[in-house]
Amino acid sequence: MALDPQALFTILLMALATYATRAGGLWLASRLALSGRVEAWLDHIPGAMLVSIVAPVVLASGPAEALAAVAVVLVAWRTGSFPVAMVTGVCAVLVLRAVV
Amino acid sequence: MQGVLEGAKRCLPIEISGFAIGLVFGVLAGQAGLSVAESFLMSALVFSGAAQFVVLGLWATPLPVAGIALTTLVVGLRHLLMGAALSPFFSKLPRLKAYGSVFFMADENWALTMSEFSKGKRDAAFLLGGGLVMFASWTTSTFIGRTVGGVLREPARWGLDFAFPAVFLALLVGIWKGKSDLLPWAVAALVAVAAHHLLPGQWYILLGGLAGSLTGAVRSGA
Repeated sequence: MALDPQALFTILLMALATYATRAGGLWLASRLALSGRVEAWLDHIPGAMLVSIVAPVVLASGPAEALAAVAVVLVAWRTGSFPVAMVTGVCAVLVLRAVV
Repeated sequence: MQGVLEGAKRCLPIEISGFAIGLVFGVLAGQAGLSVAESFLMSALVFSGAAQFVVLGLWATPLPVAGIALTTLVVGLRHLLMGAALSPFFSKLPRLKAYGSVFFMADENWALTMSEFSKGKRDAAFLLGGGLVMFASWTTSTFIGRTVGGVLREPARWGLDFAFPAVFLALLVGIWKGKSDLLPWAVAALVAVAAHHLLPGQWYILLGGLAGSLTGAVRSGA
């Protein structure tokens, strides 16, 4: 079990930095007075974040990813199932990358 | 307890692709020179795929310790927004529970939890349940990838790189509330694509998320 002290120290710093960001949002927001405006902002975070995560993949990778995304949205809308949507996405992108 | 189980159950099928990504991380960690113990500890203590993959690119002798810590912090900044979104639901929890659960907050279980909350459910333990499944899967797959390794070098060859975008798209379908989301989401997409193009690393998630959510806040207040 090779464990270099400096590598361990670096990993501990990484752990600290990541946990600080995880706890920090909770801590900061609990100190904000919940006005209507702040609540509206918090409400809009999940959608905006998820859109930001997928947008470069869906809109700027190529036609295969864009078309696969359309397939996923349709399947998710009809079935409401995450696993089915996931399998659809993986299969669709696999096929489309070979075709288009 | 019921919320923990429910969260675990919902996260399990999604974690199949998470497991594959953990295998890849294990393989690459080996190539970057991390020992088995170091790879495992990093996955267990940092528990953030995004940060860990980015850091592998910086892992060299001598270790750029400060650079790695700073990079980790920057990649993690999106957690600030995620935690803020959770806070109205976590404010009633005892401190230890709230601050213990957020250690296990990752993109997937956070997104699932928020979509549960948007349907009116209020069980904060859902995040922990999903997080524990992801934690078990992430650490195990890192270990297997690091020790056995080599098989899954390129997830893109199997279309697995599209698994998480697909799950996130499905979640978006679920939390779509109607026309009022159109402008915030369009702003988020536009800013994210531009930032992804112009800036290195993961800034696009934070910037798109901020731009989109602030657009939503400004509009709903008007």
